[in-house]
Amino acid sequence: MIGLREEFPVVAMDFQTAGEASAQIKRLLKKLGVNSGVVRRLSIACYEAEINLVIHSMGGRLTLIVDAHEVTLISDDDGPGIPDIDLAMSEGYSTATDDVRMMGFGAGMGLANMSRNADRFHIESKVGVGTHIEMRFILGEHIA
Amino acid sequence: MRICEIMELLSAKPLTEDCDESLEVSCACASDMMSDVLAFPKEHMALLTGLINPQVMRTADMLDIRLVIFVRGKQPGAETMAMARETGITVLATPLTLYIASGILYLHGLRDGTKG
Repeated sequence: MIGLREEFPVVAMDFQTAGEASAQIKRLLKKLGVNSGVVRRLSIACYEAEINLVIHSMGGRLTLIVDAHEVTLISDDDGPGIPDIDLAMSEGYSTATDDVRMMGFGAGMGLANMSRNADRFHIESKVGVGTHIEMRFILGEHIA
Repeated sequence: MRICEIMELLSAKPLTEDCDESLEVSCACASDMMSDVLAFPKEHMALLTGLINPQVMRTADMLDIRLVIFVRGKQPGAETMAMARETGITVLATPLTLYIASGILYLHGLRDGTKG
Protein backbone atom coordinates (compact mmCIF):
# COMPACT_ATOMS: atom_id res chain seq x y z
CA MET A 1 0.00 0.00 0.00
CA ILE A 2 3.04 2.29 0.11
CA GLY A 3 2.89 4.97 -2.56
CA LEU A 4 -0.85 5.52 -2.21
CA ARG A 5 -2.28 8.70 -3.68
CA GLU A 6 -5.99 9.47 -3.62
CA GLU A 7 -8.03 12.57 -4.39
CA PHE A 8 -11.27 13.61 -2.66
CA PRO A 9 -13.43 16.35 -4.24
CA VAL A 10 -15.08 18.85 -1.87
CA VAL A 11 -18.18 20.83 -2.88
CA ALA A 12 -18.58 24.47 -1.82
CA MET A 13 -21.31 25.23 0.75
CA ASP A 14 -22.52 21.62 0.86
CA PHE A 15 -22.95 20.93 4.57
CA GLN A 16 -24.72 17.64 3.84
CA THR A 17 -21.49 16.03 2.69
CA ALA A 18 -19.03 18.20 4.66
CA GLY A 19 -16.67 15.93 6.56
CA GLU A 20 -17.24 12.84 4.44
CA ALA A 21 -13.85 13.11 2.76
CA SER A 22 -12.15 13.45 6.16
CA ALA A 23 -14.04 10.44 7.50
CA GLN A 24 -12.94 8.38 4.47
CA ILE A 25 -9.34 9.52 4.89
CA LYS A 26 -9.38 8.64 8.58
CA ARG A 27 -10.74 5.14 7.84
CA LEU A 28 -8.15 4.65 5.11
CA LEU A 29 -5.24 5.62 7.36
CA LYS A 30 -6.47 3.34 10.14
CA LYS A 31 -6.73 0.49 7.64
CA LEU A 32 -3.17 1.15 6.51
CA GLY A 33 -1.98 0.82 10.10
CA VAL A 34 -0.79 4.41 10.53
CA ASN A 35 -0.22 5.06 14.23
CA SER A 36 -3.17 6.48 16.12
CA GLY A 37 -1.46 9.74 17.13
CA VAL A 38 -0.76 10.65 13.51
CA VAL A 39 -4.26 9.58 12.46
CA ARG A 40 -5.72 11.82 15.13
CA ARG A 41 -3.65 14.90 14.24
CA LEU A 42 -4.19 14.38 10.54
CA SER A 43 -7.94 13.84 10.96
CA ILE A 44 -8.30 17.15 12.80
CA ALA A 45 -6.21 19.06 10.24
CA CYS A 46 -8.01 17.34 7.37
CA TYR A 47 -11.46 18.15 8.75
CA GLU A 48 -10.45 21.79 9.27
CA ALA A 49 -9.21 21.92 5.67
CA GLU A 50 -12.38 20.30 4.36
CA ILE A 51 -14.64 22.65 6.32
CA ASN A 52 -12.62 25.61 5.02
CA LEU A 53 -13.11 24.35 1.46
CA VAL A 54 -16.86 24.07 2.08
CA ILE A 55 -17.19 27.47 3.77
CA HIS A 56 -14.72 29.68 1.98
CA SER A 57 -13.86 28.23 -1.42
CA MET A 58 -15.58 27.85 -4.75
CA GLY A 59 -14.95 24.13 -4.48
CA GLY A 60 -11.74 22.14 -4.31
CA ARG A 61 -10.11 18.88 -3.44
CA LEU A 62 -8.10 17.10 -0.79
CA THR A 63 -5.25 14.87 -1.89
CA LEU A 64 -3.81 12.20 0.37
CA ILE A 65 -0.35 10.84 -0.32
CA VAL A 66 1.05 8.06 1.84
CA ASP A 67 4.57 6.73 1.70
CA ALA A 68 6.73 4.77 4.10
CA HIS A 69 7.96 7.77 6.06
CA GLU A 70 5.24 10.39 5.94
CA VAL A 71 1.67 11.22 5.04
CA THR A 72 1.01 14.34 3.00
CA LEU A 73 -2.35 16.06 2.83
CA ILE A 74 -2.91 18.72 0.18
CA SER A 75 -5.86 21.08 0.00
CA ASP A 76 -6.39 22.89 -3.31
CA ASP A 77 -9.27 25.13 -4.24
CA ASP A 78 -10.58 27.03 -7.25
CA GLY A 79 -10.65 30.42 -5.54
CA PRO A 80 -11.30 33.03 -4.44
CA GLY A 81 -7.86 33.16 -2.78
CA ILE A 82 -6.73 34.80 0.47
CA PRO A 83 -5.62 38.47 0.27
CA ASP A 84 -3.66 38.46 3.57
CA ILE A 85 -2.38 35.07 4.72
CA ASP A 86 -0.85 36.39 7.98
CA LEU A 87 -4.21 37.83 8.97
CA ALA A 88 -6.05 34.65 7.97
CA MET A 89 -3.62 32.59 10.08
CA SER A 90 -4.27 34.61 13.24
CA GLU A 91 -6.59 32.86 15.69
CA GLY A 92 -10.03 34.40 15.89
CA TYR A 93 -9.96 36.07 12.50
CA SER A 94 -12.71 34.82 10.22
CA THR A 95 -14.71 36.00 7.25
CA ALA A 96 -17.40 33.34 7.79
CA THR A 97 -21.04 34.40 7.59
CA ASP A 98 -23.54 34.19 10.45
CA ASP A 99 -25.16 31.19 8.72
CA VAL A 100 -21.86 29.31 8.89
CA ARG A 101 -21.43 30.27 12.56
CA MET A 102 -24.90 28.86 13.25
CA MET A 103 -23.53 25.56 11.96
CA GLY A 104 -20.80 25.71 14.61
CA PHE A 105 -17.93 26.84 12.41
CA GLY A 106 -16.17 30.05 11.45
CA ALA A 107 -14.44 30.82 14.76
CA GLY A 108 -11.25 31.69 12.94
CA MET A 109 -9.25 28.76 14.30
CA GLY A 110 -8.97 26.61 11.17
CA LEU A 111 -5.65 27.53 9.57
CA ALA A 112 -3.88 27.91 12.91
CA ASN A 113 -5.21 24.54 14.03
CA MET A 114 -4.04 22.88 10.82
CA SER A 115 -0.58 24.33 11.33
CA ARG A 116 -0.55 23.19 14.98
CA ASN A 117 -1.44 19.60 14.11
CA ALA A 118 0.85 19.14 11.10
CA ASP A 119 4.60 18.50 11.35
CA ARG A 120 5.13 20.72 8.29
CA PHE A 121 2.67 23.33 7.07
CA HIS A 122 2.85 25.38 3.92
CA ILE A 123 0.24 27.71 2.48
CA GLU A 124 0.22 29.85 -0.63
CA SER A 125 -2.64 31.77 -2.15
CA LYS A 126 -3.34 34.04 -5.08
CA VAL A 127 -6.46 36.18 -5.18
CA GLY A 128 -8.62 35.23 -8.12
CA VAL A 129 -6.83 31.91 -8.55
CA GLY A 130 -6.98 29.84 -5.36
CA THR A 131 -5.27 28.53 -2.25
CA HIS A 132 -2.84 25.63 -1.92
CA ILE A 133 -2.13 24.13 1.49
CA GLU A 134 0.34 21.32 2.03
CA MET A 135 0.61 19.50 5.35
CA ARG A 136 3.09 16.75 6.16
CA PHE A 137 2.86 14.25 8.99
CA ILE A 138 5.96 12.26 9.86
CA LEU A 139 5.33 8.61 10.62
CA GLY A 140 6.97 7.42 13.82
CA GLU A 141 7.32 3.90 12.49
CA HIS A 142 7.19 2.56 8.98
CA ILE A 143 3.80 1.26 7.97
CA ALA A 144 3.34 -2.13 6.37
CA MET B 1 -16.14 9.31 35.17
CA ARG B 2 -18.52 6.61 34.00
CA ILE B 3 -21.52 7.33 31.79
CA CYS B 4 -23.94 5.92 34.36
CA GLU B 5 -22.67 8.50 36.90
CA ILE B 6 -23.01 11.31 34.33
CA MET B 7 -26.58 10.21 33.58
CA GLU B 8 -27.47 10.37 37.25
CA LEU B 9 -25.78 13.74 37.89
CA LEU B 10 -27.37 15.39 34.85
CA SER B 11 -30.73 13.55 34.90
CA ALA B 12 -29.75 12.55 31.40
CA LYS B 13 -31.39 9.98 29.15
CA PRO B 14 -29.61 7.94 26.49
CA LEU B 15 -30.65 8.69 22.90
CA THR B 16 -28.61 5.87 21.40
CA GLU B 17 -29.55 2.22 21.76
CA ASP B 18 -26.97 -0.11 23.31
CA CYS B 19 -25.77 2.65 25.63
CA ASP B 20 -22.65 1.31 27.34
CA GLU B 21 -23.15 2.76 30.82
CA SER B 22 -19.74 1.53 31.93
CA LEU B 23 -17.94 3.64 29.31
CA GLU B 24 -15.60 6.16 30.97
CA VAL B 25 -14.47 9.65 30.01
CA SER B 26 -11.59 11.48 31.65
CA CYS B 27 -12.39 15.08 30.68
CA ALA B 28 -14.98 17.21 28.94
CA CYS B 29 -15.42 20.33 26.89
CA ALA B 30 -18.53 22.41 26.35
CA SER B 31 -19.21 24.54 23.31
CA ASP B 32 -21.60 25.25 20.48
CA MET B 33 -18.65 26.15 18.28
CA MET B 34 -17.18 23.03 16.70
CA SER B 35 -14.22 25.14 15.58
CA ASP B 36 -13.33 25.61 19.25
CA VAL B 37 -13.82 21.94 20.06
CA LEU B 38 -11.40 21.01 17.26
CA ALA B 39 -8.78 23.30 18.76
CA PHE B 40 -8.70 21.47 22.10
CA PRO B 41 -8.59 17.74 21.43
CA LYS B 42 -7.99 15.40 24.36
CA GLU B 43 -8.17 11.64 24.77
CA HIS B 44 -11.37 10.16 26.23
CA MET B 45 -13.18 13.49 26.15
CA ALA B 46 -16.92 14.08 26.43
CA LEU B 47 -18.57 16.90 24.48
CA LEU B 48 -21.43 18.94 25.89
CA THR B 49 -23.25 21.09 23.36
CA GLY B 50 -26.52 22.74 22.44
CA LEU B 51 -25.79 22.34 18.73
CA ILE B 52 -27.65 19.37 17.26
CA ASN B 53 -26.68 19.27 13.59
CA PRO B 54 -24.83 16.29 12.04
CA GLN B 55 -21.52 18.17 12.04
CA VAL B 56 -21.43 17.67 15.81
CA MET B 57 -21.09 13.92 15.21
CA ARG B 58 -18.59 14.44 12.42
CA THR B 59 -16.49 16.64 14.70
CA ALA B 60 -16.76 14.11 17.54
CA ASP B 61 -15.73 11.30 15.21
CA MET B 62 -12.64 13.18 14.04
CA LEU B 63 -11.58 13.71 17.66
CA ASP B 64 -12.40 10.14 18.78
CA ILE B 65 -15.00 11.55 21.19
CA ARG B 66 -17.15 8.64 22.36
CA LEU B 67 -19.75 10.60 24.34
CA VAL B 68 -21.87 13.59 23.25
CA ILE B 69 -24.30 15.22 25.69
CA PHE B 70 -27.01 17.47 24.26
CA VAL B 71 -28.18 20.12 26.72
CA ARG B 72 -31.44 22.03 27.28
CA GLY B 73 -33.49 18.97 26.31
CA LYS B 74 -32.63 19.40 22.66
CA GLN B 75 -33.58 16.51 20.40
CA PRO B 76 -31.29 15.93 17.43
CA GLY B 77 -32.78 14.94 14.08
CA ALA B 78 -32.67 11.54 12.40
CA GLU B 79 -29.59 12.40 10.36
CA THR B 80 -27.56 13.36 13.42
CA MET B 81 -28.59 10.20 15.25
CA ALA B 82 -27.85 8.02 12.21
CA MET B 83 -24.35 9.43 12.15
CA ALA B 84 -23.97 8.78 15.88
CA ARG B 85 -24.92 5.13 15.38
CA GLU B 86 -22.69 4.80 12.33
CA THR B 87 -19.67 6.14 14.21
CA GLY B 88 -20.42 4.36 17.50
CA ILE B 89 -20.84 7.54 19.55
CA THR B 90 -23.00 7.36 22.68
CA VAL B 91 -25.49 10.24 22.93
CA LEU B 92 -27.19 11.55 26.07
CA ALA B 93 -29.74 14.34 26.47
CA THR B 94 -30.09 16.42 29.62
CA PRO B 95 -32.74 19.05 30.41
CA LEU B 96 -30.04 21.19 32.09
CA THR B 97 -28.38 24.19 30.43
CA LEU B 98 -24.83 24.01 29.11
CA TYR B 99 -23.58 26.12 32.00
CA ILE B 100 -25.27 24.11 34.75
CA ALA B 101 -24.48 20.71 33.24
CA SER B 102 -20.80 21.65 32.82
CA GLY B 103 -20.65 23.05 36.36
CA ILE B 104 -22.07 19.88 37.90
CA LEU B 105 -19.60 17.63 36.06
CA TYR B 106 -16.71 19.93 36.94
CA LEU B 107 -17.72 19.98 40.62
CA HIS B 108 -17.74 16.19 40.61
CA GLY B 109 -14.20 15.99 39.33
CA LEU B 110 -14.50 15.71 35.57
CA ARG B 111 -11.55 17.78 34.42
CA ASP B 112 -11.41 20.44 31.74
CA GLY B 113 -10.67 18.98 28.32
CA THR B 114 -9.27 22.28 27.05
CA LYS B 115 -6.32 22.38 29.45
CA GLY B 116 -2.98 20.79 28.70
